Amino acid sequence: MLSRTADSLYWLGRYMERAGNTARALQVALREAGMGGGRPAQGESWRTLLLTSGDIGLLQGFGAAADAAQIIQHLVMDRANPSSIQSCIEASRQNARQVRTALTVDMWEAVNDTWGQMRRMENAMPSADDLPGFLDWVKRQTILFNGAYDDTMLREEAWRFVGLGTMLERADNTARVLHAHARALSIAEAGTAEDYLHWQAILRNFTALRAYQWVYHGRIEPRRIAELLILRAELPRSMIACHARIEAVLDEIAAAHGGRRGECHRRAGEAHARLRFGRVEDIFTQGLEAFLNEMMARNIDLGGQIAEFYLHN
Amino acid sequence: MAEPIKAFDEMGEPQAARAAYGEIARWLAATPMEQLERKRQEAELLFRRIGVTFAVYGEGGDPERLIPFDIIPRILAWQEWEHLSRGLTQRVRALNMFLADVYGPGEILKAGRIPAALILQNEAYRPEMRGITPPGGIYVHIAGIDVVRTGAAQFHVLEDNCRTPSGVSYMLEGREAMLRLFPGLCAAHRIAPVSHYPSDLLETLMSVAPSACRGLPRVVLLTPGAFNSAYYEHCFLADEMGVEVVEGQDLFVEDRVVYMRTTAGPQRVDVIYRRIDDDYLDPAVFRADSMLGVRGLMEAYRAGNVALANAPGGGIADDKAVYPYVPEMVRFYLGEEPILANVPTYLCERPDDCTYVLEHLHELVVKLTKGSGGYGMLVGPHSTAEQRAEFAARIKAHPADYIAQPTLALSTVPTFTGSGTAPRHVDLRPFVLSGAETRIVPGGLTRVALREGSLVVNSSQGGGTKDTWVLAPDAPC
Repeated sequence: MLSRTADSLYWLGRYMERAGNTARALQVALREAGMGGGRPAQGESWRTLLLTSGDIGLLQGFGAAADAAQIIQHLVMDRANPSSIQSCIEASRQNARQVRTALTVDMWEAVNDTWGQMRRMENAMPSADDLPGFLDWVKRQTILFNGAYDDTMLREEAWRFVGLGTMLERADNTARVLHAHARALSIAEAGTAEDYLHWQAILRNFTALRAYQWVYHGRIEPRRIAELLILRAELPRSMIACHARIEAVLDEIAAAHGGRRGECHRRAGEAHARLRFGRVEDIFTQGLEAFLNEMMARNIDLGGQIAEFYLHN
Repeated sequence: MAEPIKAFDEMGEPQAARAAYGEIARWLAATPMEQLERKRQEAELLFRRIGVTFAVYGEGGDPERLIPFDIIPRILAWQEWEHLSRGLTQRVRALNMFLADVYGPGEILKAGRIPAALILQNEAYRPEMRGITPPGGIYVHIAGIDVVRTGAAQFHVLEDNCRTPSGVSYMLEGREAMLRLFPGLCAAHRIAPVSHYPSDLLETLMSVAPSACRGLPRVVLLTPGAFNSAYYEHCFLADEMGVEVVEGQDLFVEDRVVYMRTTAGPQRVDVIYRRIDDDYLDPAVFRADSMLGVRGLMEAYRAGNVALANAPGGGIADDKAVYPYVPEMVRFYLGEEPILANVPTYLCERPDDCTYVLEHLHELVVKLTKGSGGYGMLVGPHSTAEQRAEFAARIKAHPADYIAQPTLALSTVPTFTGSGTAPRHVDLRPFVLSGAETRIVPGGLTRVALREGSLVVNSSQGGGTKDTWVLAPDAPC
């Protein structure tokens, strides 16, 4: 496969995943806002949201006075923000068009319909009351896309590169969301009612509130949240689940090329091993924030190595 | 005939709204009706999509109905809630002590504070429960107490539900719907959260696991099955708690231990949150023809190998004929005056009461002692002479089957009618959890009689629901 084709497929996967993740994070933040009019933590939760979206430079650009409407606009429509929902959908479609013939009809339609409907909005922000419905739609479209690629593509290279992009983006999102909330998760004592709501909100970012109950059958505790989202392979958005898939996909690609391997394979295996043999106690001994910083750096690094070996050579 | 009843409106006059409703009054004044109508439709779509329906089979029409959700919230100030919450805690403690007493020493009967015959000869009394002490002496782990309001500070308990009270899923989903539909309006208030109810419920259930249970207690929810009207709620709660929804056929008893059948083989069950009636629990003890229960369950329960929530036999505490004595229970067991008042009640089996009832049918509400869901009820002021004659005949024939209460002017809350907003009568069902500790999430299920002037809030009689907002203490009001 052409490196350029692989590159487009990879980024198609990443951007669709990112659109969905931004929508999820916004949904949670809106719900939080509705929960607590005038709570002191209010401004904080919007800042956390910006942190999650990754661009700390932009956060500083907004200054302390960033208001909710500004942040929402930035994350939904702002074309200057490469992670805004609009930008992600644009980028997904651009990438999809580049490799139109490598996609199945169902995939193309999922991407193209999403883009078409987004375009009909003509950059107009949904009203505050319509926003939850809009975000729901974005989430649904990304789920549709995921179903389309996983259900209809030949189990060949194209499918693997879409999956690779999706999984690396997802792993990174999980790390970043956890990182943005690391302080709330490092509380040792039982926590206040406010903390409890915050912990619930963290799980909502991953639609994992009920999953938590199924796994732990008990009250929400910060360490278990971290364990579930970092180390529990049964949760599809956990870091380990994503890294396991990344390593496996890279191995499959290598196998299809007669065993040609590069530094990206080694680093993917190393990141996965870090999680496979990791223990939540050790993570907290190291410091959750420090651990997540390390994993985020690994993700960036891994992305770079994949690009170097497969996409830009 | 139906003369309008002058009721206390919880919002008050639009120009002089009560403090807690200030923001709502402004919002209602500023929002065009078409927008409210659009939101109402959206809410309906949302409930459909989630699948929050209640099943009505065998009546024709859509078997999966939505309980109408009214988009205008009902609001309680923190002080009002605190008062309610104290009263509810007190009442449920007394009810639990009453059950432990009547299935144990029977002190309250010996003391003559409640007629022994009323209890011991009552169909709701389960002699099978004598001599069984549930863990912690708690019988009613989940109580739904129906409260009505008649004035700014007047709350009355209309009914206790000590068997398998339902409706809590509407409380939780109603809140989620409001947070989605009206993020701005919600943010303008400081609403006390309710979303921890499933965790509270799970902890309550785990806290009453048999003392022999080692490790994390295995809790299951026992449902009569997908044809039950509350099946959605069963699945919802089980899912939120992360426990299995089981039917009778999924469980079996061996050597007085309850197991569930799983792909990993039989697994021991410690706590059963049962949503099936006593009658169907165990064909070996109760109704022999029950296909819904588990043979041998009561033996396992008696042996202390499994906990049932709620305990069988709780129906004697919420019987309509026993209800008038609940304030007496509070005094007898707790030595306190009841914080929440009862509604004055006439027991037709008492000759004096019966005479009074027959002479005042036009102003009373008459209920079947065994009835529920708003069936078999006469609302005097809204009745025809014919209906009254019919009830008079029935009461004379079976006086013990009937009680009567004055027609209360239930408080009203503005409600969206499609052509505008209008006051509609409401009640409130808070859910009281009793385990190692007592917990009540702030609020409950507000039921609203959607028909103009109607006082019957039951969903089977055209009632709807509203989200109930308890404003947290430091809210500006």
